[in-house]
Amino acid sequence: MSNRARELLWSLITLAEREIRRYLRIWVQTLVPPAVTMSLYFVIFGSLIGPRIGSMNGVDYIQFMIPGLIMMSVITNSYSNVVSSFFGVKFQRSIEELLVSPMPPFIILLGFIIGGVSRGILVGIVVYLVSLFFYPDFSIHNIPLTITVLILTSILFSLMGFINAVFADSFDDISVVPTFVLTPLIYLGGVFYSISILPDIWQKISLINPMLYVVNTFREGMLGISDIDVTSALFMQLFFIIILTISCLYLLKSGKGTRQ
Amino acid sequence: MKALEISNLKKTYASGVEALKGISMSVEEGDFYALLGPNGAGKSTTIGIVSSLVTKTDGQVSIFGTDIDLDFPEAKRKLGVVAQEINFSPFEKVLDIVVTQSGFYGIPKKIAMDRAEEVLHKLGLWEKKDLQARTLSGGLKRRLMIAKSLIHHPKLLILDEPTAGVDIELRRGMWDFIKDLNKKGTTVILTTHYLEEAEQLCKNIAIIDKGVIVENTSMKELLKKLDMQTFILDLGSDLDGPLNFNEYIVNQVDPTTLRLALNKNQSLNDFFMLLSNQNIQVKSMRNEANRLEELFLQIIKNEHEQ
Repeated sequence: MSNRARELLWSLITLAEREIRRYLRIWVQTLVPPAVTMSLYFVIFGSLIGPRIGSMNGVDYIQFMIPGLIMMSVITNSYSNVVSSFFGVKFQRSIEELLVSPMPPFIILLGFIIGGVSRGILVGIVVYLVSLFFYPDFSIHNIPLTITVLILTSILFSLMGFINAVFADSFDDISVVPTFVLTPLIYLGGVFYSISILPDIWQKISLINPMLYVVNTFREGMLGISDIDVTSALFMQLFFIIILTISCLYLLKSGKGTRQ
Repeated sequence: MKALEISNLKKTYASGVEALKGISMSVEEGDFYALLGPNGAGKSTTIGIVSSLVTKTDGQVSIFGTDIDLDFPEAKRKLGVVAQEINFSPFEKVLDIVVTQSGFYGIPKKIAMDRAEEVLHKLGLWEKKDLQARTLSGGLKRRLMIAKSLIHHPKLLILDEPTAGVDIELRRGMWDFIKDLNKKGTTVILTTHYLEEAEQLCKNIAIIDKGVIVENTSMKELLKKLDMQTFILDLGSDLDGPLNFNEYIVNQVDPTTLRLALNKNQSLNDFFMLLSNQNIQVKSMRNEANRLEELFLQIIKNEHEQ
């Protein structure tokens, strides 16, 4: 390995380690809330209301909900980790530590994305373990597909969080998108229901919601059921990851939101 | 070799403010260089461009011969910057901050730990290594900024008002440390509002005002331009009766204190002889105001009048 490659690797390890250390240090704020919130969802919608609903797409309602709730946690946590961390370094000016160093933009981006992805996956695992408490017989239908979707989704939403943080000038700016865009789209993206129960017009409208593709590809992996074509959904995720990565690198290189 | 070479550097901010109007300057390797100017003159913009915190509009910058447009990573390896504002996470531990910063330069953790121990010992921060940075006093935070900037052993160290708000004892300790670094070969560029320090520490100086360099010379040459200096003389006993000071401009502040305004053609020796002939003993003497401060104000005033 060349000296430059070794230098880049150490830079990346350092930044990724700092990002992971950051959310683990405040685990009460980052890892516990999803477990508590999802337990409440499982109790109310799974155990209390679920039996009255019966089955959804041929599986128990609580079983149908599990992939959706895991995805919901992965999306919100990978997004919020990167948006709050990157905006935090801008706000505290510690972004200067990164900018004065020889680290190229792709290492800076990768470091923050590793932080977001690792938190997304960790929270996903926590919620999965919580779901086993409520539905012990749950078994994963297609493990490679489940892991692939988990990783792709956390990368995608980490990148979105990064872009949000680049443009954010205040704490309001980092809460607007999660509150008014992400949350409604997730709730309407098939976490709690199959779009097959909707009237035709709403089914068609639902197809423009990107969360529907994320939730359903993951549900295909975990349960083997989906409302959409999984292959094209996976390619779509990959396509958006590429577009967003290029955009993030361009923003970092141009200094938008980071340099004066 | 030139540690820093800036040529026709321009910066216009998005707001339309023209912060730098094509400045050129160079700093020799091993120099202790002062960059002075009033608030908003363009000092921090210049430092920001050199350290990549600000994007330039036009011009060239080279650090030890490496053009920042051609190989910024290589240029950055040679550069350490102590920013004006605190720029580390207040929630991280002192040791973690320094070790993490060295990691950003690609230094493996084991080496980084050894270097961190060395630099934290030198700056009197080792005892505080496990404390969160937010618990440090203002002066210690400044020292931590210096520790952070030195962890990758830069050849050029830029300090942007590093002693602002630091008490005199800590400030002197910091300057001793920086002077020692300079003696060992690190080129130092300093911006400060404490002009007395710039006068004592720096060999060469540039004064920048409204985005233009208005003076760029050695400290010695600059001080020669001073027309008039004012001294305060403490006398051994009370003055009584009318005294003869010839052509010297002297005011009596109180019975044992005189204020002498001396122009550059007059001699202090002659004045002391004059006092001695009248049996007046001088116990001590000091500059009324800092010499560089007087010059600085004079230069800036002249620029504004033009």
